Amino acid sequence: MNDVPASKMSFTPGVLIRYSPLLILALAWETASRLHLVSSLALPPLTDVAQAWIELIQSGELVSNGLSSLYRAGAGLALAIIAGGALGIFMAVSRPVNTALGPLVELFYPMPKSALIPVTVLWLGFGDGSKILLIFLGCMLPVTIGAYNGARGSDQHLIWSARSMGADRLRMIFDVVVPSALPELLNGIRTALALSFILLVSSELIVARQGFGYLIGYLGANGSYEAMFAVVLTVAFIGFLADRIYQTIVERALRWRT
Amino acid sequence: MSDPAQIIVNDVCHHYRPAVGREVLALENVSLNVREREFLALLGPSGCGKSTLLYLIGGFLPIETGRILVDGKPVAGPGPDRGIVFQNFALFPWKTVRRNVLYGLERQALPRRERETRAQAFIDLVGLTGFEDSYPSQLSGGMKQRVAIARTLAFEPRMLLMDEPFGALDAQTRSLMQGELLAIWEKTRKTVIFVTHDVHEAVYLAERVAVMTARPGRIKTVVDTRFDKAGPEVHRSKMFVDKVEEVWNLVRDEAVKALEKKPP
Repeated sequence: MNDVPASKMSFTPGVLIRYSPLLILALAWETASRLHLVSSLALPPLTDVAQAWIELIQSGELVSNGLSSLYRAGAGLALAIIAGGALGIFMAVSRPVNTALGPLVELFYPMPKSALIPVTVLWLGFGDGSKILLIFLGCMLPVTIGAYNGARGSDQHLIWSARSMGADRLRMIFDVVVPSALPELLNGIRTALALSFILLVSSELIVARQGFGYLIGYLGANGSYEAMFAVVLTVAFIGFLADRIYQTIVERALRWRT
Repeated sequence: MSDPAQIIVNDVCHHYRPAVGREVLALENVSLNVREREFLALLGPSGCGKSTLLYLIGGFLPIETGRILVDGKPVAGPGPDRGIVFQNFALFPWKTVRRNVLYGLERQALPRRERETRAQAFIDLVGLTGFEDSYPSQLSGGMKQRVAIARTLAFEPRMLLMDEPFGALDAQTRSLMQGELLAIWEKTRKTVIFVTHDVHEAVYLAERVAVMTARPGRIKTVVDTRFDKAGPEVHRSKMFVDKVEEVWNLVRDEAVKALEKKPP
């Protein structure tokens, strides 16, 4: 019971202890590199990486590329949540929709979405559009499946109760089916959130003129390994932060369960 | 006895259609009249279709053959004239007690103040004052069922359909809730159809007990159970014991049959 919930975290000794392995890892990294236990090309010292990070911030490169990436991930994810959530709910409440689209979802779900990178580029070119479409396509189905499974678990008696209290079918879907689907829907969105970062960076690595992935690839190709590591760590940290923020939102939204 | 019937069930048959296996005849030629302001218990062994009959009256299941009239009109779906209370409470788990009770009222064209006053009155009526902002998960079974009853009473249905509402409660809570329900019914005088498999509960609560047969469910007979039920000693009175005996004898054969028909 002494576990600190994610949302209540602040800079207390507990947090320090919790993340101390990270600190140890950072020290090990620095030491290994400084003592030339590993090649400083393969693993530049962390302090040099930090120096490169500051330079990247000062030049504005990290911010402009980062904003571009966040816009792509945010837009793709938002579209995926809206379309995927709606699709899952509709499939759960309508047998015809389920019959028509169920097999498509099953077929498309296990497909590795990174295979679509060249396809979306072919359709929408090198800019934001192709990345947004890729993230949208890749992130939609986990949301759909979460929404569908959650909605299918709606309590029949609660549906009937709402109907008998004067809710029409549409009202009932919003008041009973959607909230019933929420816990699993939110789980699906968490999966989608992680997927969106993967798809974002891999598509930008392959074909892009801006973004985190582009920057990583560009710096790596030019031998600026300190800066490359700085961007990689930035992406990792943003991913971690996004997940943490998301978990806090979920905890709030599902407060009624405790 | 001269009151006109408010609910008329006429020659209704119903089949269960399980996802796998063949269909089963659940109700066979059921006919039943329920008078306005009457408290009627539907009593029968488990699996006899008594809940199915209640759901048909509620408009939750489609009527296959026969007719069900409520206030002279054929049932064509659920409506706020018939409030329902389920054994599993069926509360909105994401809504507080207050929001649960307000739900039916929000579907009506009432001013906000009026809705809130009414919701509070019914929360008070079932003894949940002080728990308005609790979520269902924070309440005991008995309290949850009180919320469900308050929620159903609040939008003032003319009929109450109760599907083994106290079946999930422990014996003491059940007994308390029976007393409270009777008090509420005497105050509000709604038509009540109360599904149960508990003979004592049926005899204690209802004015008439409709005994159903084992599957396929039919109405075997309807027993008049009106007598003086006031006072704490009613469960030991001769009248009560005799009525329970009479009804139990009618149900026993069906319960045995139901047991024999249970799939292994």
